Amino acid sequence: MPVDTAVRPVRILVAKVGLDGHDRGVKVVARALRDAGFEVIYTGLRQTPEMVVDAALQEDAQVIGLSIHSGAHMTLFPAVVQELKRRKATDIVVFGGGIIPEDDIVALKKKGVAELFTPGTPLQEIVDWLRKRFPQGGN
Amino acid sequence: MKVRARDAREVWKEDFESSPSRDDGIETSTISGIPLKPLYTADDLPKRDEEMPGLFPYTRGIHPGGYRGRLWTMRQFSGFATAEETNKRYKYLLANGQTGLSVAFDMPTLMGQDSDAPTSRGEIGHCGVAIDSLADMETLFDGIPLGEITTSMTINSPAAILLCMYIAVAEKQGVPASALGGTLQNDILKEFIAQKEFIFPPEPSMRLVVDSIEYCAQEVPKWNTISISGYHIREAGSTAAQELAFTLADGMAYVDACIERGMRIDDFASRLSFFFDAHIDFFEEIAKFRAARRIWARWMRDRYGAQDERSLKLRFHTQTAGVSLTAQQPELNIARTAIEALAAVLGGTQSLHTNAMDEVLALPTDKAARLALRTQQLLAYETGVANTIDPLGGSYFVEALTDEIERQAEVYFKRIEELGGVIPAIEASFFQKEIADSAFKYQQELEQKRRLMVGVNEFTVDDEEPMEILRIDPKLEGEQVARVQNVRRTRDQARCTKALAALRKAAEGTDNLMPHILESVRAYATEGEIMNTLIEVFGIYTEKAVI
Repeated sequence: MPVDTAVRPVRILVAKVGLDGHDRGVKVVARALRDAGFEVIYTGLRQTPEMVVDAALQEDAQVIGLSIHSGAHMTLFPAVVQELKRRKATDIVVFGGGIIPEDDIVALKKKGVAELFTPGTPLQEIVDWLRKRFPQGGN
Repeated sequence: MKVRARDAREVWKEDFESSPSRDDGIETSTISGIPLKPLYTADDLPKRDEEMPGLFPYTRGIHPGGYRGRLWTMRQFSGFATAEETNKRYKYLLANGQTGLSVAFDMPTLMGQDSDAPTSRGEIGHCGVAIDSLADMETLFDGIPLGEITTSMTINSPAAILLCMYIAVAEKQGVPASALGGTLQNDILKEFIAQKEFIFPPEPSMRLVVDSIEYCAQEVPKWNTISISGYHIREAGSTAAQELAFTLADGMAYVDACIERGMRIDDFASRLSFFFDAHIDFFEEIAKFRAARRIWARWMRDRYGAQDERSLKLRFHTQTAGVSLTAQQPELNIARTAIEALAAVLGGTQSLHTNAMDEVLALPTDKAARLALRTQQLLAYETGVANTIDPLGGSYFVEALTDEIERQAEVYFKRIEELGGVIPAIEASFFQKEIADSAFKYQQELEQKRRLMVGVNEFTVDDEEPMEILRIDPKLEGEQVARVQNVRRTRDQARCTKALAALRKAAEGTDNLMPHILESVRAYATEGEIMNTLIEVFGIYTEKAVI
């Protein structure tokens, strides 16, 4: 059987969780990831953790990128990780961005969020982190 | 031989061209990308009759006396945790010389849902104060005489409900609605365009806005019924010209809707107010404020035939740019905010919010909030900038830039009109794409270091000292949930049910909904119950997700 050796792009679901509608950050990051060669699916606004995980499974995403601006990250980010556990999909990597204080970053990493990016992060840093995390691309 | 006198401008031009220029790769256009000349001269001054403050087209200000007559209102946007906590902060700010209140609501309140709704978890009291019913509003304004203070409320989809709660609290204080002064943001169009806190589809959303404008014209005549906002458009990434154009286009859409309802322009236009961002590009912002007044006055007179000169005067609130602040070396934000506030004052703002240095990390602490207020007091009383009206009027540069921003705005008005107006343009994602494009372009300029943010992409430090920030006690979530459930248990349920049924019936017809909302509020119907009643009739709006 011939083996397809082409590198498949990593599929990333980016989502706005919570009630706030501040989508500047998520859109800028989504465009940058797309330009860097990732396959990006954007859920739109006001996604519950359940909706995010549903969409990630449906879209066969390897990564979920969460964006929030309202201060509810301590509730909603771990809820996404929990939902992935419940659906036995813990191979999906979760990262996030927003206005997140340093102490919260430590706590969120303990709860299974792989990385958090705060205001002022160069887009390249996010791209580099994802490439390092997925050296084989989406294969 | 006689030396011929040479024109000084020509001499300068030659000298300039032969002198070395910086080659650091930093953009010399404005932050919005307007190309700038290195020097402006009398040649750049537009040929027109002299403009004067208090006279059409009000480019130099709406009052003949400028700040000699009255300083701007120092109005710090504030709200967090519970009504009780925020009430304390208001009293603290008033004791420190603040001259008006401005309420920040939490996300569930902004989205019209109660604290015990499942999607409220984690959001209660975080980015503003949690208000579920009249009971919370009574606590929020406890001991604050509503007849003597003016209050601004930043709320949009559920704006009519919160205004009714304010009216009902005033009633309990013995203050009639006719004596109330303040501002309701109530600007749903910019929610669809930028901030995205919409609930109902555009049409019923506009009906609610017009209902409140119509009602207030009769019952709450001193109230600014809408604050047509560019702030959120700018913060979402637009340029200065886009902020100006989209905001004024929204303003005209509200005017059109009120006229369609049968209202006369001069009966409501003087209560329309505006809200702009003061970004970090100093002169561009001043030019934007000046252009805003001129464009509005002209359109109101020439397109809508307004006769009352109060209808022509664009009054605005300003907030310094949250998006310009940095989490890195946050003390720098004090300097940024002071410069932005100065631009707002030189642009002739009627009221001002200065951001606190820690707002990029969390809601401000008492100390940071006071520093931000002190920055305004320093501008007003130490710098002398309030002594002269429109001090930059006649500046070759500022006058030319004012004209350029006006020109760019007019180009956008034409494009919006070609798309069929503001609502069709929203449905075609026109504004959303324009803003996202500008935001991405700016981000790329930062990445390429063609623009610098001090402490972010240059002049960074390795180890930053953490700043003490305001923490919202997670316990309050349960307390607020208990509070709203207690209200539901203890109210006169028959009165409440009757009021909501009447509201629903009115929503199905064409009556003004304000009296029905007011009665529901008085009966302690919760915000979520009132919104859900309306959702049953109006439905909800979902945005097409574009990146």
